[in-house]
Amino acid sequence: MTSPVPYRARRFSPERGTWSRLTARDSVLRRLDWVMLLAALALSAIGTLLVYSATRNRTELNQGDPYYFLLRNLLNTGIGLALAIGAVWLGHRALRGAVPILYGISVLFTLAVLTPLGATINGARSWIQLGGGFSIQPSEFTKITITLGMAMLLAGKVDAGDRHQPDHRTVVQALGLAALPIAVILLMPDLGSVMVLVVIVLAVLLASGASNRWIAGLLGTGVMGCVLVWQLGVLDEYQINRFAAFANPALDPAGVGYNTNQARIAIGSGGLSGSGLFHGSQTTGQFVPEQQTDFIFTVAGEELGFVGAGAIIFLLGVVLWRACRIARETTELYGTIVAAGIIAWFAFQSFENIGMTLGIMPVTGLPLPFVSYGGSSMFAAWIAVGLLQSIKAQRPVSA
Amino acid sequence: MNNLREAGRRVTIRLVVIQILVFSLLLTLAGRLWYLQIRNGDQYTAEAASNHIQQVVAPATRGSILDARGVPLADNETRLVVSASRTDLMRMKDRGKSVLTRLAGVLNLKPEDVAAKVRLCDAKTPKPCWAGSPYQPIPITDEATTQQALQIRERQEDFPGITAEPTAVRRYPGPGGSNTAQVLGYLSPVTDEEITKAKKTRSPLLRSDQVGRSGLERQYDAQLRGKAGVTRYEVDNLGRVIGKARSDKAVPGANVVTSIDARVQAIAERELDQAMKDARKEMDRNTGTNYKADAGAVVVMESKTGRIVAMASNPTYDPNAWVGGISGKDYKALTGEDSGFPLLNRAIQGQAAPGSIFKVITTTGAVNAGYSFTDHYNCSSSYSIGNQVFKNFESKGYGPIDLGQALEVSCDTVFYDLAYRQWQQDGGNKPQHPSDWFYKTAHQFGLGKETGIDLPNEVRGRVPDREWKKRYWEANKDSWCKQGKTDDSYAGKIAKENCESGMRMRAGDSVNYSIGQGDTLVTPIQMATIYAGISNGGTLWNPTIGKAVVSPDGKQVREIAPKAHGKLPFDGRLRDQIDGALAGVATKGTAAWRFQGWPQDKIAMHAKTGTAEVYGKQTTSWFATYTSDYTVVMTIAQGGTGSGASGPAVRKIYNALYGVDEQGKIDEKRALLPHPEAKLPKIEKDGTIEAQPMPSPSPSASSSESAAASASPSAASSGEPSPEAAGRREDDDR
Repeated sequence: MTSPVPYRARRFSPERGTWSRLTARDSVLRRLDWVMLLAALALSAIGTLLVYSATRNRTELNQGDPYYFLLRNLLNTGIGLALAIGAVWLGHRALRGAVPILYGISVLFTLAVLTPLGATINGARSWIQLGGGFSIQPSEFTKITITLGMAMLLAGKVDAGDRHQPDHRTVVQALGLAALPIAVILLMPDLGSVMVLVVIVLAVLLASGASNRWIAGLLGTGVMGCVLVWQLGVLDEYQINRFAAFANPALDPAGVGYNTNQARIAIGSGGLSGSGLFHGSQTTGQFVPEQQTDFIFTVAGEELGFVGAGAIIFLLGVVLWRACRIARETTELYGTIVAAGIIAWFAFQSFENIGMTLGIMPVTGLPLPFVSYGGSSMFAAWIAVGLLQSIKAQRPVSA
Repeated sequence: MNNLREAGRRVTIRLVVIQILVFSLLLTLAGRLWYLQIRNGDQYTAEAASNHIQQVVAPATRGSILDARGVPLADNETRLVVSASRTDLMRMKDRGKSVLTRLAGVLNLKPEDVAAKVRLCDAKTPKPCWAGSPYQPIPITDEATTQQALQIRERQEDFPGITAEPTAVRRYPGPGGSNTAQVLGYLSPVTDEEITKAKKTRSPLLRSDQVGRSGLERQYDAQLRGKAGVTRYEVDNLGRVIGKARSDKAVPGANVVTSIDARVQAIAERELDQAMKDARKEMDRNTGTNYKADAGAVVVMESKTGRIVAMASNPTYDPNAWVGGISGKDYKALTGEDSGFPLLNRAIQGQAAPGSIFKVITTTGAVNAGYSFTDHYNCSSSYSIGNQVFKNFESKGYGPIDLGQALEVSCDTVFYDLAYRQWQQDGGNKPQHPSDWFYKTAHQFGLGKETGIDLPNEVRGRVPDREWKKRYWEANKDSWCKQGKTDDSYAGKIAKENCESGMRMRAGDSVNYSIGQGDTLVTPIQMATIYAGISNGGTLWNPTIGKAVVSPDGKQVREIAPKAHGKLPFDGRLRDQIDGALAGVATKGTAAWRFQGWPQDKIAMHAKTGTAEVYGKQTTSWFATYTSDYTVVMTIAQGGTGSGASGPAVRKIYNALYGVDEQGKIDEKRALLPHPEAKLPKIEKDGTIEAQPMPSPSPSASSSESAAASASPSAASSGEPSPEAAGRREDDDR
């Protein structure tokens, strides 16, 4: 079985069994980044416990079943893992061919949110109800499809060896590709996702080697956009309130500042080692709204303390560190760009999510990757892990 | 290829930048996390606790104040209290105005009175106002009828923020017609400041607490108050109870047994009042008007221990006026210009020149300075120093007499002579290391400082020694000198003289001082302490009212032992000589006419009379007396002579104590307290303290009159005579 068959022949040899393929010295399993995988798994495991802690008493949400959210979160994680395995199995290169289709589907879903199919939660029309308590949030998947789509366009000519840097035309195309779903999401309005997407676009452009002028231009446009959004009054009152509460933490602790204030009390009261899992008074007393989703970090802060909450930040750091390695080590620009997009996405979304619970960022409705409860974000995060693994695992074509 | 490598390097550099950015974001998060959890963790822990812990406070029952026989002087009764929550009212559109107006209608009160009760006190707000915490429900009335309470409870939608609850409120039952107002003191709601101050002490205060503001209520506040019960519930964000946290059971306050005997107290109050009334009928020959007798005090003290059996101050008030928040009218009646300041306890806060009752001090000082007690000194009708003539009282002369006789007849000129000679010996106007025997002796007798009685805000009186004169002159010389220059009247001349020589001890000062006139100030309690000291052989006891603190279950009894603060500066022989002279005062001296028929052989009576002159006012009557058991000191400001104004009252107090009638016959059955009560009242197994029965208040005219005179402002304002109120209280007790 281990006869010295030439590398390529062995790799694509059809007669080899699945098991031997998996256990072979150069098998996919051996080429995976297990450190990242374990860190992401650990985050999901911690997340499951925290989701359970946050929801076991919320009878108005869990329909009287304390395990309702626990089981669903496990299911979501399972599906997410399956999707990740699928992504590795298919390989990012195989997916590359399907990117236009995936992009199209995701744009369609995003648009569907604005139709009567969409559902409004917390002021943003970001969901499509599927019935049976299931719903999807297309903007989560848009993060992947924009990354993949832009990477495909920007890396196309470079990976083919035609150019050493994306030309302006390609950059314009890529930006146009990103702009369409971003505009739709802005209409929902899901400002948090828009922010993440803009950061992804920036990182993708950076990693693609596009000229500095584009980067500067995009940054300028971003700033202008913010000013415009503020000036034109596109923002709803609840969004303005969130900013006001962020700017002034003492503002109306019973009203607009309630969420941030309670979140900070929960985290601050945790101290070094926390009150112990399931023993947080803020969590048990349900003082922090949206605690199983956007404010999951407060459960960790209160019940696990600095040790546990710090561990979450550390594990996120491990995932990002491994992702950075993958981005640097892959020889294809496509892989680099995809990895960079995912890094920007995870990093910024984690920073925004944890930052808002700590009071250093304004409140937006963004989940904490791997940890927060929520199917769409869980699937998207695990698909991203699958893509990174696939980039790591797949040997260069022309080795 | 070169370009390609360069492009690759650019991408790598940019990836490194991204990586640096990513990790600085994570570090920021970790730093902030450390800041919140480690650096400020305690603050947030406290906030979280206050977040999810709801406290339900059950106030502790305040301990009772009992007399020596277990009769309650202050206890609690259950009343229907209507309170308003300011927090709720302020949330309404009209800031609760309509609710309060409606409430006033139900309670038959004026809307503006109700509104005044709920406003918060500040520098600009006149009383009544709420001095307690704004978060605490403010009592509107504690006299709601069941019907009124039901109306409020059944129509909660009309009375948001208003509650009507049965609550234990303080009651001063006034057993046997006694009042004891100034000794008991009163309560009022705790202020925010006090809560902060008491936070770290062993008896922290709760917002709902009332604290003692004066008298025993204040002195023994920590013991009486107990600890409120606090049940802490863990609640969720909607206030639903999800668990019970650490709870503290209410600990009722301890009971304080005092040495006051309510029966004697009632008589002391009655007789003081009667004496003042009688004095007002007397014509003052000096001023040509009747005596004003505007203030008085009497102290009945156990001679051997310094314990207080009765202490009365007049004018007085009904302590129940404070219960449930005082009304504006009542407060004015208690503190206004025309009130006579009944809140003052004149037994410890009233000070005046002692007059001749001071002579025991001068006598002791003279003997200690080397003058013999038994030598004869000329009691002339007047005494001249330079061109100044000092007259004997009523210009009587007795010829050569010894110091004992001088005390008996209260001969001023004997003491003038002693004082003048001593002044000369001390260097006269150019003092050289003066020995100041008379001033030294006054200090040794405990004058010029507190006696240490267990009541707050005792005043110190004053010994006008050289040091004081100097300080006083420095403080006043500017105004004296200014007045002396322009003013030609008598007062102006005095001012001029004071300006020029007020810093010196002048001959006239010393001479005046020797008979208790001039700048000397003493309190009745100081004089009682001194005369008790003479009675008991020389010990100056700190007067004590509290006798024991008894825990609510009766298991712990902490007796309060009287403490001494000094010895009188005389030997046994001199004491006996003074004692003999004071017995002579009662039998053949200035007080003899008041003790006619007194069974002196069975109960040796000692007395000294005093009539102190007060510039611009009528004379102060002083009467200091003692037996081996009791010391009684009475004073009436602008009341006349010592024996004249105070004599009959003091005699009647002794009559009641020993069961002596006007003819001098002793009827032991009628004696209220022939010997001081040494034992504590009986404490039952359940902690209750047995109260000895009170004699029914005597229906004599004088008693009902006195009760009406000492009527509370509230009783007066409601136009209700006090005896009726007292009678109803009795009914309630049954």
